[in-house]
Amino acid sequence: MEQPNLHYIEQLARGDESVRKTLIDVILTEFPEEQKEYYESLKKKDYKKIEENVHKLKHKISILGLEKSYELANSYEHNLREKSLKGQQDFEQILRSITTYLKTF
Amino acid sequence: MNCIIIDDEKLARTIIKTLCDDVRSLEVVSEFPNAMQAIKYLNEHKVDLIFLDIHMPDFTGFDFVKTLKNPPSIVLTTSDPKFAIEAFQYECIVDYLLKPIATDRFKMAIEKAKKHQLIAKTSDASKTDKTYENDFYINIDRRLIKIDIPSIYLVEAKGDYIHIKTEDKNYTVHSTLKKIEEKLPESLFLKIHRSYIINLKKIIDIEDNSVLIKKDVIPVSRSKRPELMKRLDLL
Repeated sequence: MEQPNLHYIEQLARGDESVRKTLIDVILTEFPEEQKEYYESLKKKDYKKIEENVHKLKHKISILGLEKSYELANSYEHNLREKSLKGQQDFEQILRSITTYLKTF
Repeated sequence: MNCIIIDDEKLARTIIKTLCDDVRSLEVVSEFPNAMQAIKYLNEHKVDLIFLDIHMPDFTGFDFVKTLKNPPSIVLTTSDPKFAIEAFQYECIVDYLLKPIATDRFKMAIEKAKKHQLIAKTSDASKTDKTYENDFYINIDRRLIKIDIPSIYLVEAKGDYIHIKTEDKNYTVHSTLKKIEEKLPESLFLKIHRSYIINLKKIIDIEDNSVLIKKDVIPVSRSKRPELMKRLDLL
């Protein structure tokens, strides 16, 4: 399975440590919040809300260089629009992988 | 150019802000997590460019664009390519950036926005000036005398008369400052006092509350000074 990375963040920061830190800090704050919201929406079976949560998380997935995972998230988002949870397990596996990665900071 | 960022995701706003910081001619004046807050801001502030996310809860980017009466240049930022066709329907949308936004692609969007600004400004200027002629006639002692507008450097109101001072000659006509102001192009002339209209191109110097124009020292109203300063091409 592909691993999260900071290639895009490094490219944006261009060696500026403060920019790198700012961007990582935002991910560290925003990702757990969005993940929590996702699981809450899932509990309520609020498909529209779940789709919105996945959409936001999808951006983080792409920022962390997870190209294949991004595609999986994309099709999960699409399925949610049809009120289907197909792709849920793959998506949640991606979330777990990111959570583990973010613990290294 | 000043700009604002509208995106419900803080990370997206931070990334766009970071990209903007690399462009010297661009200043991020504010950022908003939703369109409603941005609308309130735009009611009181003018911006040149908006980075706008399409996919936002409650009020989408397109809903937001539809509320704008005089939209500035807009660059859409989204992770979804499917809205590109709809984006073409709006003249103000100058580019469509897919997230994650690549640095080179971002710079290209800024260049497009700059060109869009330039075209809009040129078009505004031509709209402002196109109704003005290069000259008009005044009636003095039953003679109609042609006045070349660019040669006018000062118009002064005195009672029921106005003095029109040109490069060659001065004229006194029974008229009002308001009437002549309508005939003078805004791009060239400015009313700097209730009794004076000046040709901005003929100013020699400005000191505190007066301007020197030819040999005339003309007072500038306190309320007109900011507009005068704005219109000068300062180094």
